Amino acid sequence: MKQEFTISIFSENHIGILNQITIILTRRQVNIESLTASESAVKGVHLLTLVVEVTPDMVRKISRQIEKLVEVLKVFVHTSDQIIYQEIALFKVSAKSIMTGDILERMVKHYNARILVVSPEYIVIEKTGHKSEINELLEKLETYGVLQFARSGRVAITKQVKELTHYLKELDEASRKTPGEPVLN
Amino acid sequence: MMTDKEVQETMERINGTEEITGAEALLRCLIEEGVDTIFGYPGGAIMPVYDKLMDYDHKLKHILTRHEQGSAHAAQAYAMVTGKPGVCFSTSGPGATNLVTGIANAFLDSVPMILVTAQVVSGLIGTDAFQETDILGVSMPITKWNCQIKNAQDIPGVLAKAFYIATTGRPGPVLIDIAKDAQINKLQFRYEKCTYLRSYNPNVPVNMKAIESAAIMINHAQKPLILAGHGVLLARAENELLRFAEKTGIPVAVTLLGLSAFPSGHRQYAGFLGMHGNYAPNLLTNEADLIIAIGMRFADRVTGNLNDYAKKARVIHIEIDQAEINKNIQVDIEIHSDAKIALQNLTAMVRENSYESWIREFRILDNIEYDRVIKEETKPASGRMRMGEVVKLVSDMTNGDAIIVTDVGQNQMSAARYYRFSNPNSFVTSGGMGTMGFGLPAAIGAKIGAPDKEVIAFLGDGGFQMTIQELGTILQYKVPVKLVVLNNEFLGMVRQWQDMFFEKRYAATELVNPDFIGIAAAYGIPAKKITEREDLEESLKEMLEAEGPFILETFIEKEGNVLPMIEPGASVSQVTLNYKG
Repeated sequence: MKQEFTISIFSENHIGILNQITIILTRRQVNIESLTASESAVKGVHLLTLVVEVTPDMVRKISRQIEKLVEVLKVFVHTSDQIIYQEIALFKVSAKSIMTGDILERMVKHYNARILVVSPEYIVIEKTGHKSEINELLEKLETYGVLQFARSGRVAITKQVKELTHYLKELDEASRKTPGEPVLN
Repeated sequence: MMTDKEVQETMERINGTEEITGAEALLRCLIEEGVDTIFGYPGGAIMPVYDKLMDYDHKLKHILTRHEQGSAHAAQAYAMVTGKPGVCFSTSGPGATNLVTGIANAFLDSVPMILVTAQVVSGLIGTDAFQETDILGVSMPITKWNCQIKNAQDIPGVLAKAFYIATTGRPGPVLIDIAKDAQINKLQFRYEKCTYLRSYNPNVPVNMKAIESAAIMINHAQKPLILAGHGVLLARAENELLRFAEKTGIPVAVTLLGLSAFPSGHRQYAGFLGMHGNYAPNLLTNEADLIIAIGMRFADRVTGNLNDYAKKARVIHIEIDQAEINKNIQVDIEIHSDAKIALQNLTAMVRENSYESWIREFRILDNIEYDRVIKEETKPASGRMRMGEVVKLVSDMTNGDAIIVTDVGQNQMSAARYYRFSNPNSFVTSGGMGTMGFGLPAAIGAKIGAPDKEVIAFLGDGGFQMTIQELGTILQYKVPVKLVVLNNEFLGMVRQWQDMFFEKRYAATELVNPDFIGIAAAYGIPAKKITEREDLEESLKEMLEAEGPFILETFIEKEGNVLPMIEPGASVSQVTLNYKG
């Protein structure tokens, strides 16, 4: 059964790393549902967050292939209930149609959205939340004419306690061990 | 009396502050890494490197092949027989893209290589300049790592990293693309070997708990079988494998690239696995109650139909590449480790044992295979010669001591089946990729890597012609390789499939061949063509006694099939022994 997975990839900031990752996915005909890339909390370490819809077996295989890449430090795979995640969306709506009555006010309150810009021609609304919430708002706003709509990829934080810095330390220690030194784990 | 300039240069050298060009730095990096042989082909963008190479020819021997693909295959074979990384030079654009087949081949077979491609000057990169190609983009899916250098001062650091990555963990090809201006510009040269990268950890610590569990499982097994792959040879673990096998008494089957990891003449040798492998190890894979897979990846040519593969067996997988574990089959115990280290630890924990009745089951099936396939193939009563009989005779005449190189197809499968290997790393073939044209340049690379060994290549008439221009390399460097052309005037393996699965419709597989002896003569290579089997032994003797290179063309049965065969989609227990069209 296919399901949604969030893959968090911590990597060195090397030119072409994104290309190397997408090659692994493309070759297996896996579509990227969403993608975000930025520097992580650790200086010099980049975080890429991908959302894919695949079988658990496939996500395990692709995550191992990604982790095998020389510049990749660590890959985490999570289902949606294991992470706290958000997407951000911006809507540009025609001012004329939405400014009638209290529609706008009610909508902004109900969806916990924000008005960023008001001009005589249009209004820009910002909404942060899950994909489904953003879609719902989009559907509502469409009756008033959405001039533009843009949505970010997913940003996610894990619920696990062990942080990346621990893994980095472990990687560092393991790399400096001589091969064959037995480690009980 | 030194001139001022000489004094200054000497002082700089003493103080370690001398400035050299990027091209020279590249060559000095190679020397620091113990490289003494480079295979390559020059061109516009790499000219600064080749120019400097003239000053270093006492330390770096350059072999000019006749095509970049040839240099990649030769370098791979050199790596496979020496255990050192193979090094290739090529120019930008077509020079770089011509390497692609060779890189992909080395990648699938996990062979360490350093491919240095030149790139147009950095200012022109991305402008579709003459002979510019995005070789980083092209080679990304078929290299372990690649990197472009635009600044001369980056050369030592990147090269050190390249060697470290190519040769450690699961080895593989690494491509370094160097812009022409980075070859020309100067840098202060200082070389330090790379031994650590934060994001890359090839020294996997052994999980001793997994080793313990594996030892218990092995000690309790009734019908265990070892499957040894290329990983054993890459880890230089053939002695550890031998000790482990002899202590436990477990039979050892090998994959195509695992051939020569275990002596073919050993009483525990169970044979060669896979589509055209031996009858016993394929069939008994499905009878085994424990599979101990070492440095192999359960490739489709080994497993046949996965739905009916080793269903009675529990599986212990010793593998350095974690992405290979649980990829094709689910294993019971994973030992993510270098084969040598895992085997050392495991051997210490298992008990001494023997499996006489289990090994007898192999011998019974071996006899069936002999009666129904091998006898006819190696001692045919009539007709044109058979590939099996040629290989068998070469094997007997060289006592299994030669390095055997093959092209791809029937010649390859016959060599794998009928040569009896005595020494590790003595079989050079294209496994995962199945690259036709590999054999001839690979034979050159193998001979240059192992000049004291007899290097014999078995080539089909098809594959021979794919890289036949490399006869020029043999001519120029007087490489004393022995080439046995198994000429059946067909692309034999494809014809066999047409025979078996396409109602004998021989679409585009019949070859009208040139006069190979005439071609050999044009290259000044002694050659002989034989059509009768009574001349075979005498001619092989002549070939083996020849001091220089020699080509022996043998007339092979036109429509001979390599058997046994696990037909595509069939299970390892459904082996076709006889096929009469």
